[in-house]
Amino acid sequence: MRRVALLIAFWVVLLAAPWWLPLVGGYTALGSKILIYGLAAMGLNLVLGYTGGLSFGQAAYFGLGAYGAGMTLKYLVPSTPLAILVGTLVGGAAATLVGPLLMRRRGIYFAMITIAIGQLFYFVAVRWNVATGGEDGLAGFERQPLHFGTHTVSLHETTAYYYLVLACFTAAVALMWWLLKSPLGHTWVAIRESQRRAQFLGLKTDRYVWASFAIAGFVTALAGALNALLFNFTSPEDLHWILSGNFVIMVVLGGMRNFWGPLLGATLFIVAQDYLSSVTDNWMTCIGLLFIMIVLLFPKGLLGMVARRARAA
Amino acid sequence: MELLLFNAFNGLIQGVFYALMALGLALILSLNSAINMAHGGFLVVGAYLAYTLAPYLGFWGALVAGPLCAMMLGLVVERLLIRPLYKRQDPLYTLLITFGLALVIEDLTRTFWGAQGLPFAIPDVLNSPLSSTYFFLTGYRLFVVAITIVASAALFLMLRYTRLGVRIRAGTRDLETVAALGVNIYLLRLLNFGLGCMFAGLAGVLAAGILGLTPSMGSSLLMPSFVAIIVGGVGSLWGSVLGGLIIGLAAGITTTYYPAASEAVIYLIMLIVLVVRPRGLLGQEGLFE
Repeated sequence: MRRVALLIAFWVVLLAAPWWLPLVGGYTALGSKILIYGLAAMGLNLVLGYTGGLSFGQAAYFGLGAYGAGMTLKYLVPSTPLAILVGTLVGGAAATLVGPLLMRRRGIYFAMITIAIGQLFYFVAVRWNVATGGEDGLAGFERQPLHFGTHTVSLHETTAYYYLVLACFTAAVALMWWLLKSPLGHTWVAIRESQRRAQFLGLKTDRYVWASFAIAGFVTALAGALNALLFNFTSPEDLHWILSGNFVIMVVLGGMRNFWGPLLGATLFIVAQDYLSSVTDNWMTCIGLLFIMIVLLFPKGLLGMVARRARAA
Repeated sequence: MELLLFNAFNGLIQGVFYALMALGLALILSLNSAINMAHGGFLVVGAYLAYTLAPYLGFWGALVAGPLCAMMLGLVVERLLIRPLYKRQDPLYTLLITFGLALVIEDLTRTFWGAQGLPFAIPDVLNSPLSSTYFFLTGYRLFVVAITIVASAALFLMLRYTRLGVRIRAGTRDLETVAALGVNIYLLRLLNFGLGCMFAGLAGVLAAGILGLTPSMGSSLLMPSFVAIIVGGVGSLWGSVLGGLIIGLAAGITTTYYPAASEAVIYLIMLIVLVVRPRGLLGQEGLFE
């Protein structure tokens, strides 16, 4: 009962965000950004927290989603839903193709290969000037109005777009929740706890790791597509390994073993980044120190600590 | 043809830096069980301190001092940040903490020395071209290759014949047994980390003479070094060197024919190796799988 009440309250807070965000010094686009990065981090958590695969190249699929959506709008069709769909499919398909190369590996090796493969996409985006705009990034596209039969909804206002982001976020989160409650989700956790034991039970663990990586790729790519439309811009930064590291720290900061942890982590991280970059030139040092502090002091993440305290009480 | 030679040689020099970086990374990877994302940071520290010290020590003094400074920083970092994490089995934490450190080092370098590139003066003796046809064959470039060969040979001899080297090699196989035999594995891992960082510092000083100094020089060399390790095979030091040279050469040759793909080709080679020979060219089977 309490859980249901909490969940309803949570969604009311999200729905009302355009009203209360300006009151606490935020702005609506920041709310969209938090939902988008939170979604990407929650997708990454399927691999990182639930399956135990150290994916350190998640930004690649975020960026592919962003470029997929942006290039669809710019070169193919002026349609927002199609752009989001294409972006999601491009990023997700790339993750699905990459999966077999790393599904048998664990730990450090998994991390190294995911980082390095991410760089491949980064350099394609930087060097394929004609189509991607190179280092300057891809601009010159704009999110288009939605058409429902005869009714047209303009997405030009950031508030209207926030609700589109919230709708996509809700759908993806519901899907992830359902997956984690399904036998597939339990298998992922079993692999995380002991891959060998899962193998002895006759599970083809490779395929489950693959599935986890691919689904995480689709979710991250959806977030990337939404991000490109939020700013009507995307750049190679969205594919860079620094962003991959940021995603991982969001997950760890909030709590890897917790469904909502990555969203909390993303919220704190985005707000901190937004604030720090406005007050100091050395915000990168601050973010780096934040990384170090989190690893040394909060390895279980904030929600992980809350859960432990609750169990102890 | 001359253009091809020119680019291939350039690529080989680049590959030498990858190989030096990859050697240090591979050392740290095998004994400290850590992916050192700050390895590029140690390279930058070595290079910039050599630059700062060069007016006082001269080029040759700086060539020694830069790597030593990187090593000292490495020792401090291992003691303060990496050692507390050994008991957490998950490599995630060392990865994140060195990542944070890399951000800090790059940003502070930019603050102290400025974002603009700086030139690193090398002695005239080394700087003159050796041949007028092959103008790119300067003494300094050959010197870089020679130093790299000497340094890696010294490392291999050290690992082969000294007590420390034997312990490091034993530790990569079975750290628990080494500890049970009475070796102080904390000290061993500390020294090993410092050694790895020294190689990063050496790569930094040598690269500064050719590429100049920029705060981001480390992070741009870091990723290809990962690829060098993956291509050469995790767990094999020779493999890392070989991998570094191969991808450097491939990037150089690609520059001649299709410059836009010169970076991407490195990662394509890695994909091919991963498909055809998942453990890398010289890697041991079953390691990290």
